[in-house]
Amino acid sequence: MTDPVLLWSYLTQAPLLWLCVTLLAYWAGDTAFRASGRKPWVNPVLVAVILLACLLWVTGTDYSAYFEGAQFVHFMLGPATVALALPLHANLGRVRRAALPILVALVAGSVTAIGSALAIAWLLGVDPHTLAALAPKSATAPVAIGISESLGGAPTPPAGLGLLTGTIRAIVAPPPLHALGVRDWRARGFSVGVAAHGIGTARAFQVHETAGAFASIGMGLNAVLTALIAPWVLALFQ
Amino acid sequence: MIPALSIILLFQLAGEVISRALGLPLPGPVLGMVGLVLALSLSPRILEIVRPTAQGLLAHLSLLFVPAGVGVVAHFGVLSAQGPAIAVALVVSTVLAIAVGALSFAAVARLVGGREDD
Repeated sequence: MTDPVLLWSYLTQAPLLWLCVTLLAYWAGDTAFRASGRKPWVNPVLVAVILLACLLWVTGTDYSAYFEGAQFVHFMLGPATVALALPLHANLGRVRRAALPILVALVAGSVTAIGSALAIAWLLGVDPHTLAALAPKSATAPVAIGISESLGGAPTPPAGLGLLTGTIRAIVAPPPLHALGVRDWRARGFSVGVAAHGIGTARAFQVHETAGAFASIGMGLNAVLTALIAPWVLALFQ
Repeated sequence: MIPALSIILLFQLAGEVISRALGLPLPGPVLGMVGLVLALSLSPRILEIVRPTAQGLLAHLSLLFVPAGVGVVAHFGVLSAQGPAIAVALVVSTVLAIAVGALSFAAVARLVGGREDD
């Protein structure tokens, strides 16, 4: 029988433990989501994050030790972004037919997202360093990290801010869209993809396939546009 | 699965190399995505190889955000002081952006007369 202390020190050194726990936490979140009848506020990501944060806190594990294991999951965001080429390609014909609405909604949605977030944060006295992290928060997470690093923001908060945005969106989006009377699934999906990101897109796929396809288009195009305009908008507030 | 993963990673790698070499503001994976869309239009064979793996990746897209989400909590020091301001900025800007995006899409779609499907 090995000393439990030695066993624990092995587990905290190797990536296996936290990789395993990350998947289990997400599984638990997904199970809770299904059991609730897919209620938007029982977001699987949110449940998993809360479970993991509590676990790290209870075991006194710091984030870098956790990330040793979780990095394998985190890394897959890059390939997943590349894989978005498939829904984009599958809908190229519909995109081309809806080119004009897409272009107008993309610019309007993207400028509104960046501009209003920065304006409100600036009015409420948020410091310039955090503003840099906030600027790209609508872009998809790996993109947001890259953009924010190049703007001088800290690398991790933007990913977190992006996640918050997506989660907040997944909870708050349906009511305003219903209230506004927008019935067009292309419009609903696309605007959600632009304003939120991966989580919003993942959610849109669950609601309606057309919404999901246009959400991934919105997310992809907005990634490109945000990278181009975020530095200019940010400069207005610094 | 191995050929599919190789293709996806190669496009990401190419995107990363191009982005860094030319100092572009676009992150590597986004360039990789654009490259793969072009490649898919040129060769249906690539689509067949990549499809199952890509669908598997996208089906579990939200799992991939979990480590970054835990990072928010870990870096709570940065966020907590300005937490309320950031939360207000996020909620209001998200609702605004979705409303503006959806309304402008629907309005322009009606103008150019295109309700193609549903």
